[in-house]
This record gives sequence, structure tokens and C-alpha cells, in this order.
Amino acid sequence: MHADPKGVLTGVHFLDGDHACCEGTLAAGARFSAGYPITPSTEVVERFASRIPTVGGIFIQMEDELAASIAIQGAVWGGAKAFTVTSGPGFSLMMEHLGYAAMTETPCVFVNVQRGGPSTGLPTLPAQADMMQARWGSHGDYGIIALCPNSPQECFDLTVTAFNLAEEFRVPVMMMLDECVGHMTEKVVIPEAERIQVTPRRYTKRQPADFRLYEPLADQVPDMVRAGEGYRFHVTGLTHDDRGYPSMNVETQDRHVRRLQDKLKPLANGRALSETENLEDAEVVVVSYGITSRVAQRALQLARQQGIRAGKFRLISAWPFPEARIAELAGRVKAFVVPELNLGQMVHEVARAAAGKAKVMPVTHAGGGVHPPETILNAIVEAVR
Amino acid sequence: MNETTLEVPYEIPVDAHNPVEPFLRMDRMPHIWCPGCGIGTTVNCFTRALLDSKADLDKVAIVSGIGCTGRVAGYASLDSFHTTHGRAIPFATGLKLANPELQVVVYSGDGDLFAIGGNHFIHAARRNMDLKVICVNNLTYAMTGGQTAPTTPSHVISATSPYGVFEPAFNLVALAEAAGASYVARWTTYHVKQLARSMEEVLKKKGFCFIEVLSPCPTLYQRRNKMGDGLDTMKFYKQASKVRHGAPTSECALTKSGEIVVGKFVDRDRPGYFELLNAQMTETLGERYAEPEVVCGNC
Repeated sequence: MHADPKGVLTGVHFLDGDHACCEGTLAAGARFSAGYPITPSTEVVERFASRIPTVGGIFIQMEDELAASIAIQGAVWGGAKAFTVTSGPGFSLMMEHLGYAAMTETPCVFVNVQRGGPSTGLPTLPAQADMMQARWGSHGDYGIIALCPNSPQECFDLTVTAFNLAEEFRVPVMMMLDECVGHMTEKVVIPEAERIQVTPRRYTKRQPADFRLYEPLADQVPDMVRAGEGYRFHVTGLTHDDRGYPSMNVETQDRHVRRLQDKLKPLANGRALSETENLEDAEVVVVSYGITSRVAQRALQLARQQGIRAGKFRLISAWPFPEARIAELAGRVKAFVVPELNLGQMVHEVARAAAGKAKVMPVTHAGGGVHPPETILNAIVEAVR
Repeated sequence: MNETTLEVPYEIPVDAHNPVEPFLRMDRMPHIWCPGCGIGTTVNCFTRALLDSKADLDKVAIVSGIGCTGRVAGYASLDSFHTTHGRAIPFATGLKLANPELQVVVYSGDGDLFAIGGNHFIHAARRNMDLKVICVNNLTYAMTGGQTAPTTPSHVISATSPYGVFEPAFNLVALAEAAGASYVARWTTYHVKQLARSMEEVLKKKGFCFIEVLSPCPTLYQRRNKMGDGLDTMKFYKQASKVRHGAPTSECALTKSGEIVVGKFVDRDRPGYFELLNAQMTETLGERYAEPEVVCGNC
């Protein structure tokens, strides 16, 4: 399905990542947002609040992040595409409802413009330290999707992708920006509406009497309904059977919770989103994402100038982690270098996928700035020594 | 059924044991509530209100939080949502805003709505969000074993106040009025006719409406405080209640064994959320304003 032209600001723009992300939500068909102000993410909803009254939809500033992250889910079951936006401390508060969205298979998007933590941390400065929280932050087992743009253009493009994946897999999708990407201003090209693909909600074609709200289809994802259509359905955060009714037993728990993870398997491998360069002859591969991938680009250039066969693997979909790709590379390279604006998070996934077949070197940074390219270069040099 | 002379706009199955069965998910019976608990009584009143208000049941959604009353959504044969602890109101807010043609009822307990969810309650009332909030107040956290709630009266013994509660309790009706609710009433599970009528009234009224229903928890509250069983509590409600419509809510605080002021305290008209939104946007944006429909970008 094509985007609704009402929401698409076709043209060439000079936008920062937060504003481009907002345009992505509108192009994707989001007509509902609930938010709570927090630096450095607020520009996304500020723009949405300014744009939505002429497009047709709702922005509501809620009383806190708990409210924002559940209001969007009420809106989704009412029929809207919906999202919320936050940063570190707010992301922590939203964790319970991330779990609710995963458990109830409510398609929605959480935008997290990462800043330095823990706690109040560095409100105006970058970090990439919420990557594990995005994956594991709510209690229990479940699967989510997380995308990491590294430019304002990608903030637009991937936000559309985020909504599309949320609808296809019925999961919460996280847009993991960082303060640098959120606040950097660059050229953003927004195509015409008919050139933007959007995934419609997978509404059931079955009649109420034949419909079971959580009966998975062949792709392990159930079809959906919205309130007010006569289905008289029930949604609960309790473990539930195919009818959506609470079911407190080992078998239902096992079937349901495994499916919440398994349905995302296609994205872990074949459909993982990444950007690669010079992997054919690489002896060392830099795995990076977000703003760090742009710093790493310079380090890779310098390494090649020194004759080091360095390749690039940029994670665009960080979760599910593309472990098959990394495992394959591990069999033919000496080492992975993993720079991140944290003290080591995705590097653990790289190490797990590499399974000892290649050296894995973290390049850590506690946040508040970006790595000097030389730091990454030094790690590359060290890795091939 | 004999004394029901109302029009019944739905079909009662011939093998039905009770005329409210079409409103309930009978495939989920028996329910989890204890003998003597008042929640079922309130559900009965609610079904009667739905019937009397001639509501289109396909357009009524019910949202609950967590706790004993939180289970109401799961038994109602409506579009029903059992959300997270304390967050029924913000979920309902999103549901209503995205799909304004729905009649959205929030049905939850005192701990859920006024401790963990207290902030959401006052803000939804402030916005005059078009939600009908029914709070079954059993004066305790029942699902988790009878701990002290913000509604538990002084001197009551609870699982977490073994020597008696000393913190002052919330007066829910005063709180609701102060926060801006359009309609505020209190009944007990003894007042089934009045409660059903109040519920019917709020289903027909616009804006943020609040009904507090005092309800026994014989298993945890009455037993621990040697106040008898469910029937004894009905007798207490009958003897202690005084109907005072329009009473100042500040005079309606509850105590352990004192007078229970019941009635309709507030029934006022304040502009609702959509009214205010549309007025403001029309004033500032004029014809450029696109009034939100049933929100559905590309669904």
C-alpha cells in the first residue's frame, strides 16, 4: 500500500534527525502520538504537535512516560498507528509497557534518542548505552525489533520501515537514535507518497464467530481486529490462549512465549538490515551502528590507506541480532572491532555469534562525545597485528 | 425474569441461568471472586445499566487495570482490555482519542486507580476526558492478600498494617471533584438500584464521570477486622449509609465504622477534551484544521 499523501512532506529538506523521524511517522501513517518531554528527543513530538492538526490526528502530552507508552497502545487497538518518543530515564519508565506491547502483540513504535546514563546522566549529550535495555529491559522473554539510523535521511526512511515491521510482525519496534543523529542537520529527501510503501494493519477477514484473536497464521503472527467492530475480543497482559483468555499453565506459557521470539526469526538472518563495505577481502571487520558508524568510516579509510584489509559491517537492524551473518564472517576474518558509545553492549552479541572463531575487540566510550577516529584505527591495527 | 418488564434488545438463550449471561463471557465461568465479594454485584448493576441505556454493545469498550476488580474486563462480553497495574486510564485515553465513537468504560479497583494510577486519574479528570470510571472500593489490596491501600481507613488492620493503619486515607469523591470530574457519585453494593441508575446516567453523560462503589472483601478486609461476612457487611451498609445527594464531597470521607454518605454529589457540564481541542485549533488554524476522525492512517 502507498503512503497517504496527506502526511507526506514530499521534497528536499534540511532537517535534523528528530524532525526527519517525525516526518517518517507521518509518512508511515501514524496519526496518534502520546509523549512526555525529555531531552534530546522532544523535537520529534514538538514537530508532530505542530503538523498533526492539519493532517488529521492526535498528539497528546501525557502526565508521564508510563501514560504515554500505554496510551499509544490504546490508540492502536482503537485503530490508529501510534508511537511515543523518549530518552534514557523515560525509556526506563516505558519498559513495563514495552513488555505489554510484546505480550499483547500490539504493533507500535518507540523512538529512543539515546543520551548518557545511567539515571539522569548527560541529558544533552550522546550515548548508545540503551541497546541491551531495548532488547531485555522488560521482564520475561520476548522479542523486539530495534533499528539504528546514522543520518537524518535514515531517521526518515527507517521510521517508515519501523512502522511497517511493527505491523507485519505485530511487535513493538524501537528506533534507537542517539543525540548526535537526532540533532545533526543534513539533507533529507522525502519521496512522493506513491513511492513510499506502507504496510497496512493485518486485519482479519474472518467473521467474529470464526475469529480467534491470538491464533497464529503460517508466519506465526496472528491477525488483528480493532475495537468497535463487533468482535467483542479480549486483550490481556496475562499469559493467554488463542482466544486471548488468561491461561495459567505451563503448556500455554511455553507455546505463547516461544512464539513471541520465534516469529522474528526471519529478521535475525535473511532479512536483517545492514550496510557493508569491503567484506570480500577483509581480515578485520568493524561492526558499528548509529553515530559511531560514521566515526568508524574515517577509521576504516585510514586503515585501508595503511594497507590493512578492513571491512565494514554496519548494523541497521540491531535486534534481532544478525548472528548468522556475523558467524559466517567469523569463519574468514581475523578479528572484529566493535566501537560503541557504551562500555560494551552489542560487542557481547558479536562475540557470541563469532563463537571464538575470530578475535572480538570492544572499543568502549562512556558517552558524552564520540570516539576519535584514531582510537578505532588503533584497535584495527592492534586487531591485525 | 418475571419482574423484568424492560425491552430486552438481545436474545436470552433458552438455557440461560441468568438474564445477564449475554453480557458475560460464559465460557470463562466460574469467575475468580470469593463468596460474599461485591464485585459481581457491581457487574450485575453494570449489565443492567447497559441494558437500560440501550447502549450499542459493539461500541462499548471496557478497560481494567490489575487486581480483583481488574478482572471485570475479562468477564465482560465487550471489547475488553486487561491492561497493566494502574494504567487503565491512560490506555483508555488513547483508545477514546483514536476512536471517539467508542463508549469507553474504565472498571478497576481503589488500589489500582488511586495508588499506582492516581496521577492518571487526576489528569484524565482535569482534561475532562470522556471516560466513565467505575471504582470498586473494597478498601484494600485484595488480589495480593489484603495490604493497606490509600483508601484503607485509620485503625483498620491489614496485612501490611498489623498494628493498625495510621496514615490518613483518600476521600475519593472529594479528589474526583477537585480534579475536575463532571459527575461524581458514591454507592455501596447494598444500593443496587441506585448504582445501576448512576451507571446508566454516566453512560449517557459526556465527560469524565466517576462512580465509587463501596464493596465488601470478606476474605481479607472484614475477616481480619472481625467485621463479619458479606451479609454482615450488607447489613452494615444498610445501617450506616445515608443518602445525601449534592452533599459537599469534603464532608464525605469514610471511616472504619462511621456513617457512609452516598448519593450523587457532582453533576456539572464542563467542555470535554474534543470540544476544547476543536475550538482551539479552529481558532488558531481556521480552515487548515483537519478534525481528527476515527484515526487510521493506513489501516
